[in-house]
Amino acid sequence: MITAGIDVGSITAKAAVLDAANIVGTKIISTGYDAKKAGRSVLDQLLETLDMAAQDIQALVATGYGRNTVDFADKTITEITCHGAGAHFLNPDIRFIIDVGGQDSKVIRINEAGKVMDFAMNDKCAAGTGRFLEVMARALEADLDQFGDIFLKAENPAKISSVCTVFAESEVISLIAKGESRENIIAGIHESVAARISALAKRVGVAEPVMMTGGVAKNIGAVKALEDKLETSIRVSEFAQVNGAIGAALLAERLNR
Amino acid sequence: MSDPGQGADPEKERRKIKSVQKMKEIMTNYYIEAKGAADTGKKVAWITSGGPVEPLIAMDVIPVYPENHGAMIGASKMGVELCEKAEEMGYPRELCSYARSDIGCSITGGGPIGGLPEPDFLICCNNICGTVMKWYEVASRYYDVPLFILDTPFTHREFPPAAKQYVIDQIYEYIEFLERQCGRKMDYDRMQEVGRLSVEGLRLWQAVLDSGAHKPAPMTAFDAFFHLALIVTLRGTQEAVDYYRQLRDEMQERIEQGIGMVPNEKYRLLWDNLPVWYRTKWLSEKFAAHDACLVGDTYTSAWSGVLPYIDENNFLESMSVAYSQVYINVSLDIMIDTLRRMIDKYDVDGLVMHSNRSCKPYSLGQYDLQRMVMEELKIPTLVLEADMVDERSFSESQIETRIDAFMEILKS
Ligand code: SF4
Repeated sequence: MITAGIDVGSITAKAAVLDAANIVGTKIISTGYDAKKAGRSVLDQLLETLDMAAQDIQALVATGYGRNTVDFADKTITEITCHGAGAHFLNPDIRFIIDVGGQDSKVIRINEAGKVMDFAMNDKCAAGTGRFLEVMARALEADLDQFGDIFLKAENPAKISSVCTVFAESEVISLIAKGESRENIIAGIHESVAARISALAKRVGVAEPVMMTGGVAKNIGAVKALEDKLETSIRVSEFAQVNGAIGAALLAERLNR
Repeated sequence: MSDPGQGADPEKERRKIKSVQKMKEIMTNYYIEAKGAADTGKKVAWITSGGPVEPLIAMDVIPVYPENHGAMIGASKMGVELCEKAEEMGYPRELCSYARSDIGCSITGGGPIGGLPEPDFLICCNNICGTVMKWYEVASRYYDVPLFILDTPFTHREFPPAAKQYVIDQIYEYIEFLERQCGRKMDYDRMQEVGRLSVEGLRLWQAVLDSGAHKPAPMTAFDAFFHLALIVTLRGTQEAVDYYRQLRDEMQERIEQGIGMVPNEKYRLLWDNLPVWYRTKWLSEKFAAHDACLVGDTYTSAWSGVLPYIDENNFLESMSVAYSQVYINVSLDIMIDTLRRMIDKYDVDGLVMHSNRSCKPYSLGQYDLQRMVMEELKIPTLVLEADMVDERSFSESQIETRIDAFMEILKS
C-alpha cells in the first residue's frame, strides 16, 4: 500500500511517501506565508521527483500546525502522535523523542509499541525553539548552518540567563559589546536552549534511548548541549526533519478506508 | 412563543438546560438591585469569592463580588482592553487578571455592566490568595471606604485548635465591624437562619454537581461554570436554595430520560482550575467533537467541598474552620486526596489541568499533582497553559494541538 504523510510546520513543509513501510521518498520545502499552498506543493514536488501521480497515493494523513489546511488529506493527526510513530519506525528501541522545530518544541514519551504515553510542549514563547536560534544567529551575523560547529570550538560558554527571546537578544548584544568571543556566546545560546528543553523533558520524565527530531536536530551544537544537560546520548536519524511526515504516512496505512 | 419548527434542531433543544433562563433572570435582578442600592438605602459590600458572606446577608447588606464581575468581563471578551487599562496605570501583567480587569473597570466605568456599584465597605478573606489583600487595600484607598481583612491560616495537614480559635475570634470582630458599618446589632436568630439556608444551598449545589457522576452526564463542567454564580453571590438566601432545587430536579429528570449533555459521551474528563472564560464555548465544542465530556471539576466543587466541616447548629464557629479549608488554602497532600476522590466518584478517563497564569495559588503545584495522578492513579493528564480573563495568554493552535494529541492518546 502506498501512503503519504504531509507535515506542514511553521517554517518548512515536509512530505514522505511510503510503500508498505519502506520509505520511497521525502521532500522539504519552506512553508512561506501560505500554509495551504505549501501542503499541496510539497507533495506535488515529491511526486514529480518520484515520477508518481496523486492517484498512486492510497491514503494520506496530514500533520503539523498547518494540518487542517490540507483539505485533501484523509485524516489529520497531531504531530505528537506522528512523531511517536515515526521515531518508533526508524528505531523501535526509542522511548523518548525531543522534537525541536521552528515555532515550538515538544517532548514525547512512547512505549515499546510506539504509543504516546505523555507529552509536553513549550508555551507561547519562542525561547527553546528553532526561531530562538535564528534570532540569535542574526544578532551575531552568523550562518545558522555553522552555528553548531562554532559551538564545539567554545572554551567558556557565556551565561545567557534570560528565558525570553527578546531579552536574550539584548543580553547577547551586550555580551558582544563587552567583547565576549563569538564562540562563547554561541555556546551560551545553545546551552540556554538546552536548559529550556531539558526542563520540558524532565517534566514528562526522560526514558532512554532518546531521539531528537525536527530541524534543530541538524544542529550538532544543540544536540551536544542537550546531551550534556540530560546526561544521555541522543540519536539523530538522517530523517530527523521528516520524521513527522514519515509517521503520518505510516499512520495512513492503518486508516480504514 | 416562537415557532419551534424554524431551524431549531430538536435534538439540540432537548439537551439545553431549561433552568438557564431562570438563572439569567436572578443574576440580572441581583445586579439591578446592587446597582440601585444608593436609591434603596441598602449598603453594598465588596467581598472576595471565598469569603464568609452569610453575616452580610443576615445584616441585609448587598454582597458584590469583583471576581464574579471579572468572570463576566472574561466571558464578554472585554478582559484585554480592561487589563491594558490597569497596565497603563502601572500594574504588572503578572497580577491576577480579575484584579487587573476590575481595576480597569473602576477607572473607566466600562465592562459588561458599566462597572460595579461603589462599595460602602470591603470584606477580604485571604483563604483564596494573597492577591486579594493588596487588591482590596487599593480599592479601600480608591473608594475611601473601610476594609475588613479575615486571615485564614493555611492548612498543611491539620487545622490546630489555636488556628481555629484565631479565626473564630475574627468572625466575631467581623460581626462587630458590620454592626458599626450598619449602625445596628446583628440579629443572631436571623444569622442562624441564613446559616441554615447556606448549608441547604451548598447541599443542593453539591447534588447538582454529583449528577455528573451519572453516565451519560446530564451536565458538564462548562454548565457548572455558568450555574456556579448563585452559590458564590447569593449563598445563604432562599432564592439560591429554590434555584438549586429546581436545577437539581432538572438534572434528575435528565438522568431519568437519559439525556446527556455531550451527544456521544465516550470519554469522561475532570477539569482542574478556573475556566478559560472567553473560550468556554470553543473548549466545550472542541471536547464534545472528540466525544469527550468534562463531567466534573475542582473549581465549582470548591464551595460545597467544605460541607463536611460545617455544623448547622453551630454555624458561625464551624464556618471558621470550613472557610479555612477551601481547596486552594490547603497543601498538595490534601489536594491530591480531593482529586483522588473526584476521579473515583466521576469515574474519569483523564484529567485536564488549566495552568492559569493569573491564579498562582491554584496553578502552583499542578505539575506535582499531575505527576502524582499519573503515577498513582495511572490516568493521562493534560496541561493547558492559558489565563481565565486575559486572552493574550491563549494560543488557539497550540491548545488545539494539545487537546487533539491528548485525545489521540485516550483513543489509542
Ligand atoms: S489570584 Fe486566584 S484566587 Fe486570587 S483573586 Fe485571582 S483568581 Fe481569585
